[in-house]
Amino acid sequence: MTALLRKSPLITAGGVIALLIVLVALAAPLLAPYPPDAIHPEMALQAPSLHHLFGTDQVGRDVFSRVLYGARVSPLVALLVLVFACAVGIPLGVLAGYFGGAGDEVIMRVTDIFLAFPSLLLALAFAAVLPPSLTSLTIAITITWWPWYARLVRGQAASVAGRPYVEACRALGIPSWRILLRHVLPNSVTPVIVQVSLDFGGVILTASALSFLGLGAQDPTPDWGLMVAEGENYFTTQWWLVTFPGLAILVTALAFTLLGDGLRDVLDPKRVVLR
Amino acid sequence: MIRYVVRRAALAVVVVAGVVILTFVIADVVPGDPAASWAGPHASAAQIARARQYLGLDQPLAVRIGKYFGGIVTGNWGTSIHTHRPVLSDIATAAPATIELVIAALIIGVVVGVPLGLAAARWPGSLGDHAIRAGSVLGVSMPVFWLALILQLVFAQRLRLLPVAGQYDPNLVFSHPLVTRTQMPVLDSLISGNWAMLGSTLEHLILPALVVAAYPAGVIARMVRAQVLDTVGEAHVQMVRSLGFPERTVFGTFAMRLAWNPVATVLALVFAYSLVNTFLVESIFDWPGLGSYAAAAISTLDTPAIVGVTLFVAIVYVACNLIVDLVQAALDPRIRLR
Repeated sequence: MTALLRKSPLITAGGVIALLIVLVALAAPLLAPYPPDAIHPEMALQAPSLHHLFGTDQVGRDVFSRVLYGARVSPLVALLVLVFACAVGIPLGVLAGYFGGAGDEVIMRVTDIFLAFPSLLLALAFAAVLPPSLTSLTIAITITWWPWYARLVRGQAASVAGRPYVEACRALGIPSWRILLRHVLPNSVTPVIVQVSLDFGGVILTASALSFLGLGAQDPTPDWGLMVAEGENYFTTQWWLVTFPGLAILVTALAFTLLGDGLRDVLDPKRVVLR
Repeated sequence: MIRYVVRRAALAVVVVAGVVILTFVIADVVPGDPAASWAGPHASAAQIARARQYLGLDQPLAVRIGKYFGGIVTGNWGTSIHTHRPVLSDIATAAPATIELVIAALIIGVVVGVPLGLAAARWPGSLGDHAIRAGSVLGVSMPVFWLALILQLVFAQRLRLLPVAGQYDPNLVFSHPLVTRTQMPVLDSLISGNWAMLGSTLEHLILPALVVAAYPAGVIARMVRAQVLDTVGEAHVQMVRSLGFPERTVFGTFAMRLAWNPVATVLALVFAYSLVNTFLVESIFDWPGLGSYAAAAISTLDTPAIVGVTLFVAIVYVACNLIVDLVQAALDPRIRLR
C-alpha cells in the first residue's frame, strides 16, 4: 500500500481531498460560520475579509458557508445518480449476459441508442423539458448513465456464464437465481466499481453544468453550479462570487477523477475509457 | 463495407427516433403551454387557440410525433416558439459559428495534447510526466463555464489583452466590411483577403477556443501517453531503436504512428463533446452559435428548438463516428468492418 502511494502521489492527493470533501459535507453545520441561507441585505456584495472568508453574495449571504454546504448538493446528486444507474444497469446487464437470447438483444440495442450520444447532450435535452429541480436533474442524468453499466456488466456476465464452474453449478441443479447471485454477479462487478469511481467527477461536472444553465437546483439551494450562474451578473466587479464555487467544482471533480484513475490502475490496468 | 455503412446508418436512425420520441413524451407530460407563450403575454383566449392550431398542438401526441418524423426528412423541423422562425433555418444560421469554434479548439487540443503526451511517454515517472498527467486530469475535470468566466475576467477585463466577447470588432464593419460566404468570420475574412478583419476575428476566437480546448487537450495528451507507452515495447519499435535511430524519431515517428489511429477516434468523440460544451461557453462570450441558441431555447422552454438542436448534434455525432470508422478501415487493412 505504501509502495503504491509513493509510486503515485497524484492518487494519494486525490484520495485525501476526496475524503476531506466527504468530511466537509458531513460536518457542514459545524464548520460553516453562518447559516447558508441567512439573508442580510445590508451586508450584500462584501469583499472577502476575516468575517466573510469568501465574501458575501448579492443578498448578503456568506459565500464561504454556502460553498461548504454545497458539498451536500451536487456530490449527493452524483452519488444518487450512480446508485440508481447501478441499480438499473447491473441487474439488466447480468440478466442479459447470462441468459442471452431475445432479451439480451433488446437490452443491448436500447443501450446502443443511449451510447450513441454524448451523455451531457441527452441529460440536457431531458432536463430542459422537465420542470427544473434537483429531482429532475437526478432523473435526467440517471437516464443517460445506466446504459454504460449495463453494457459493462453484460460483457463480463456473458464471459462468466461460459466458465466451467458455472456449468458445474448448472449440472448440479442449482437454481438460476442462486447461480446469478452467488457466482455470476460477484465475478462481473469489478469493472463497474472501477467505472463508478471514475464517473463520480464526470457526474458532478454534468450536474453543475445543468445547474449553471438553470436546469437543476433553484435559488436558496447552495449549489455550486447555480452559485456560479447567479454570480455571473456581478462578476466583473465582484470576482469572489464566481471564483470560489467554481473552484469547489473543479477541486471535487479533480479529486474524484484522480482517485478513480488510481483505482483503475490497481484493479483493471488494461482499460482506457472515455466518455 | 456497404453493409456496414447501411447497418450503422440504420442504427443511427433508430437512436435519433428514440430520443425524439422520448423528448416529445416528456415535453407533453410537463405542465406549461407553448401556445400561450407563442401568442405572447397579452393574448386573448381566441389568439391562443389559433396559435395552438397553427402549431399543431391540438392534435394527439402520436400524430404530432408522426408529423415531426415526416418533417425531418423533408426539411421541416418545426417552428421555434421563441424566434417564430423555422428551427432548421435557425440552426443553419447558428451552426457555422459553433463549428468554427469547435474546430479551432480541436486544433489547439491536438497541437498541445500530442507533444505533451509524447513527452510524458518518453520520460515516464519523471517530474514532467507527473505534471503533464496532472495537467491532463485538470483539463478533463474543468467546469468549462467557470473557466470561461475566469479567463474572460483575467485576460479581457483586468489585463485588457483580449476582447471580452463577440466575433469581431464592430467598428471594423464600416472600414473593412466582412463579405459573408461561409458564416465563419475567420474563414470569410481569409477568403476575401480582409486582413484587418482577420486579425480581429482571430483575436476574438482565442479565449473561447482555449476554453473549449481544455477537455480535448487533456484527453488527447492522456491517450497519446497511454498508446505510445503501449507500442514502445513492441518489436518493430525496438528494431528501429536498435538500428540506431535517435530517440526523438523512435518516439515521434515510429511509436506515434500507431497512436494516430486512436487519437482520430478520440477526436470524433471529442468533437461532439465539445459541441455540447459550447452550449455552456457561447453565451458567456456572446458567440452567436448553436450554444447561444440552445441556451435561449432552454430558458424559454422552446421545445421544437431543443429537440432540433439535439437532433442536429446527434446527427453530427453519428456521422463523425461513421467517418472515422471508414477512414480507419481504409488506412489500416487489419481493421475489418462488421
